[in-house]
Amino acid sequence: MSYQTPRTTPRKSATFDDYTLSEIRRAASTGIYDIRGGGTKRRVPHFDDLLFLGASMSRYPLEGYREKCETSVTLGTRFAKKPIELKIPITIAGMSFGSLSAGAKEALGRGATIAGTSTTTGDGGMTEEERGHSQMLVYQYLPSRYGMNPRDLKRADAIEVVVGQGAKPGGGGMLLGQKISNRVAEMRTLPKGIDQRSACRHPDWTGPDDLEIKILELREITDWEKPIYIKVGGARPYYDTALAVKAGADVVVLDGMQGGTAATQEVFIEHVGQPTLACIRPAVQALQDLGMHRKVQLVISGGIRNGADVAKALALGADAVSIGTAALVAIGDNDPRWEEEYRALGSTAGAYDDWHEGADPAGISTQDTELMKRVDPVAAGRRLANYLKVMTLEAQTIARACGKSHVHNLEPEDLCALTIEASAMAQVPLAGTGWVPGKTVF
Amino acid sequence: MPTIDLETASLRDLNQALHSLGRDEGGELWEILNPRGSHAVAVGVDAPLEISVHGSVGYYCGGMNQQASITVHGSAGPGVAENMMSGSVVIKGNASQYAGATSRGGLLVIEGNASSRCGISMKGADIVVKGDIGHMSAFMAQSGNLVVLGDAGDALGDSLYEARLFVRGSVKSLGADCIEKEMRPEHIELLGNLLSKAGVTDVKPEEFTRYGSARKLYNFDVDNADAY
Repeated sequence: MSYQTPRTTPRKSATFDDYTLSEIRRAASTGIYDIRGGGTKRRVPHFDDLLFLGASMSRYPLEGYREKCETSVTLGTRFAKKPIELKIPITIAGMSFGSLSAGAKEALGRGATIAGTSTTTGDGGMTEEERGHSQMLVYQYLPSRYGMNPRDLKRADAIEVVVGQGAKPGGGGMLLGQKISNRVAEMRTLPKGIDQRSACRHPDWTGPDDLEIKILELREITDWEKPIYIKVGGARPYYDTALAVKAGADVVVLDGMQGGTAATQEVFIEHVGQPTLACIRPAVQALQDLGMHRKVQLVISGGIRNGADVAKALALGADAVSIGTAALVAIGDNDPRWEEEYRALGSTAGAYDDWHEGADPAGISTQDTELMKRVDPVAAGRRLANYLKVMTLEAQTIARACGKSHVHNLEPEDLCALTIEASAMAQVPLAGTGWVPGKTVF
Repeated sequence: MPTIDLETASLRDLNQALHSLGRDEGGELWEILNPRGSHAVAVGVDAPLEISVHGSVGYYCGGMNQQASITVHGSAGPGVAENMMSGSVVIKGNASQYAGATSRGGLLVIEGNASSRCGISMKGADIVVKGDIGHMSAFMAQSGNLVVLGDAGDALGDSLYEARLFVRGSVKSLGADCIEKEMRPEHIELLGNLLSKAGVTDVKPEEFTRYGSARKLYNFDVDNADAY
């Protein structure tokens, strides 16, 4: 019997892992960067790394089902004659008709309206479906100005000037030919079937001084009625927020890197921008330094999934949050009932992100007339409303446990952090210590 | 003949007065005095009025105009007639950057020169510049006609979609995917009508060169990557 040399177990590289190898092979074979939808998929410090302390000897809680815990929020109190009154501190983020089907947009409008909140247009103009079914509709004013017209501007309830978004701060929109149907092409004044790449900068202003004048123009056109939001991606939250206030915003919308996109380069989504958790405190600090906290409202988005996330964002100083990806899941995105079809597309339920290809089995990120029939706007709207209500109840549960009669009364003092990273970003003490890295001595 | 003097009246008073008119109320000549570089003069108007502005204006004069015929007896700052839907805006002097940005309809006439990015992202309007235009003009222009009696600067029509560009003088350089195209009879006719609408009588359409999209960047091809 011959002696066999023991062999080591085959070992894969942590640096060149399976995903990386597959991406190198994909790039080599196609010659184009990977494009996908959604936000960052890597793990980043997030709200899960924070915990509420709850009431105890020095704080008394409110009765869960008897004592009131308010959730209403008013956006646009600084300059607008007609601020937006929301029943819940959760809004629906901007998503375009074009990236989403008309039925999906209608479902978002229906769900938001039942729940008493607003929805938002996107980089493709306002559709009758979403205006008709959204009691409160925020009209995005984007670099491309696709579908932009004064009639829609005047029938919107607020205007959101989009400077950037969390998935791709510094990037423009992208809608590939498969989704440029006749209706989408007509709304965007584009030839059918082209690969549309929107501008990343606005065509008629550059920088905060110009933006101040642009906002003056928008206010004059709408007779100072509409709240004007400025949406920025999570890039330089302190200065972006301060400059948005300086430019005349009523509301700052700040979107961290977990915030989704309909389509952009994978490298952009994963490597540009900061996590949502890292953006909130610098933005709140900017508002406080300018004496504008609660006067200019702050809406946080990017990775909000449940009432705990809502409560944590508010405790760190936000006035409201906004959801996009979670709202799509509520209306049916990535539903396991379509698993066979996801597999046929080389994906699986929960991982499907080729939204740009227009072949979404759930019928949401598509312009295919057959697939889009899979979204029943009434039923899907009801599911979104249910989900929004659950999130609100969860946030109230936490707020009451912390003794707060309004979710806005939550504060950083109610929180601790599970990791040093989260502690430094959220500027709340590491659990079990009084230590805030960068602020106090350990 | 209503007259609003911006030395005494506020910008808000001016625009509110113009917005208070019904969509069918028109025919009147409104005189605006002492604009002195004010921004957002006569924006969001939607009535068939004649508006005469006596002096130079700042940013976004005539922004999102519908129906009104606005004449500025002076020069205009950035973004004049941005996103105009219909009607006309005539600038007797020069215009700054982004003149007619994203404009969708109507006619913008600049009797002097226009700066960079004239007609950027235009979506259906007609723009006639009697002088020269600056660099990056008609960038990503989607639809409509840009007519230049003088010269064009660098990178004309970069990433152009379906807008038509007519230049009588020289073009310093063409942007990505913009090429010279043949002037066919229908273009001569179109241009003749545009010149006539803009009050140009001493110039023939045959003197112009047409530029448009080569349509090579409409769908991604890795071998075109160095064009971006």
